Amino acid sequence: MTAPGIRKSPARFSLPKLTYRVGKVWQRNFDVFTKTATVNFLPSLLEPILYLLAFGYGLGSFIPSIQGISYIRFIAPSLVAIAIMTGAFYECTFGSFVRMYYQKTFDAIIATPISVEEVVAGELLWGATRATINATIVLAVIAIFGLISSPLFLFVLPLSFFGGLMFASIAMCFTAAAPNIDFFNYPSFLFLTPMLFLCDTFFPLTSLPKIAQAVAMAVLPLTHIVNITRAVVSGRVDLILGLNPTMLLLISLAWVIVVTVFFFILSINLMKKRLVS
Amino acid sequence: MGSPEVLIEAQDIIKMYDDFIAVDGISFKVYKGECVGFLGPNGAGKTTTVRMMYCFLPPTSGVLKIAGLDVTSQCREIKSLVGVAPQEENLDPDFTVIKNLTVYARYFDISRIEALERADEQLRFFQLEEKRDVPIAALSTGMKRRLIFARALINQPQILLLDEPTTGLDPQARHLAWDEVRDLKKKRVTIILTTHYMDEAAALCDRILIIDRGKIIEEGKPAELVKKHVGEEVLEVDYDENLLPSLKEAFPEGDFERLGDRLQIFTDKPHGVFEGYLKEHPMQNVTIRTANLEDVFLKLTGRGLREE
Repeated sequence: MTAPGIRKSPARFSLPKLTYRVGKVWQRNFDVFTKTATVNFLPSLLEPILYLLAFGYGLGSFIPSIQGISYIRFIAPSLVAIAIMTGAFYECTFGSFVRMYYQKTFDAIIATPISVEEVVAGELLWGATRATINATIVLAVIAIFGLISSPLFLFVLPLSFFGGLMFASIAMCFTAAAPNIDFFNYPSFLFLTPMLFLCDTFFPLTSLPKIAQAVAMAVLPLTHIVNITRAVVSGRVDLILGLNPTMLLLISLAWVIVVTVFFFILSINLMKKRLVS
Repeated sequence: MGSPEVLIEAQDIIKMYDDFIAVDGISFKVYKGECVGFLGPNGAGKTTTVRMMYCFLPPTSGVLKIAGLDVTSQCREIKSLVGVAPQEENLDPDFTVIKNLTVYARYFDISRIEALERADEQLRFFQLEEKRDVPIAALSTGMKRRLIFARALINQPQILLLDEPTTGLDPQARHLAWDEVRDLKKKRVTIILTTHYMDEAAALCDRILIIDRGKIIEEGKPAELVKKHVGEEVLEVDYDENLLPSLKEAFPEGDFERLGDRLQIFTDKPHGVFEGYLKEHPMQNVTIRTANLEDVFLKLTGRGLREE
């Protein structure tokens, strides 16, 4: 046996080792969700209806058309994209923080054969699932309003899962850094709210200067989710930065994949550092 | 019988947080089927030591092996053998009592049917059957502690870590927990127990480690520790300076300890020495009692209050 010396910090950065046990953490959250399903469904159902009524019909009646389509058709795919963002982000900030900090649920789980990495990965997959559920509800609403105009609309399901995973992973980095629950007001107001309005959601990004378009494409994840959602729900895209549609969609897809992988690994490492010291 | 099997082995374990040393080079062995008590004031390092045993915290240095498995590399295997009842209440408030147990069982890959059977059996034993389907928020503190104990047994552990299992329990619930510990000892489950209750340690533990400031300062069987450090009997009288000389003369070998306005005299002489003295010097407010583990504890760790 070697002499016991001071070891390197066990929380050093690494690729997470994950097994099927991630699913057990996901299952725990799913069980809680189904228990309170009605309370969970109502807001995600009401919100898009209100947006469609207020902006689509109300405000929209003063707008003759945007890029050849009615205003309500312009914002319909945006509502799906916003549901993906908020569903995952709030689940993995407020939701995960409550489970970690107040309920000590993570502490209880990591006393079983499930590892810290698997707990966090399970939370991220659950955040992605919440995004998918919310996006599906919004999709149903806009379908009922007759606002789907592409046969590819079912691609929203995988898109909302992976887009949700991206927002969940970004959110989890804030959770790893949060000293208390009020801290989440910062990412909420400084990150989520600007994206809600500036990412080609309620007006075409192409009406802003090129530099603003470039910034939105470079650092605001929602821009890319809106691009892809718009393509699969409405069969068209906004030609941001004058790019051709295929190029724009390829850039958005690549951006989402790279950012998701990066933040997935980063957030698990940051949480591990926070939870194991 | 051959030599007893070592189930937990700690060698020079150190745990540091930034520049604070919580556990300062402790070494010990726990044998299969033993119940070992960790006693110590608040902040002594008991909970930190227990947490390292189930991979919740990594040791800063040293070797810690559970059932021959290393806590730094074989956590999954260790955690499947160990049952943990933490000090902190961490039941799942989103679920009912029964669901807390079955969901926890699922984390151990226990099948649904098996989990339900075990869960109901535990609820029966811990007298929580009536609360089976209520949410956690509807339980009293004592019921929550019992449920945490029950949850720790759901994977039928070989090693059970009980961190202050009876804090906040009423006497009935405490004796119920003690019965369960005794029952588990019969089944050769190895138990580590931290507690502030000396009667609990004396009643349940085969061996005791007294920990203070991150170090083990004494270890042994409860009765032996009492005999070694505080003797057989204690005489407690109201403190009176005028009495001191006569008492010191009567009990030259005695250990004198002042406790506020009371005076304690410890002796290792056989029972009855104090009675003889009292016949000649009648006094008010006198107590003669058998020396106990609490006396040992206070003697070794001092009387000053500890803050966490």
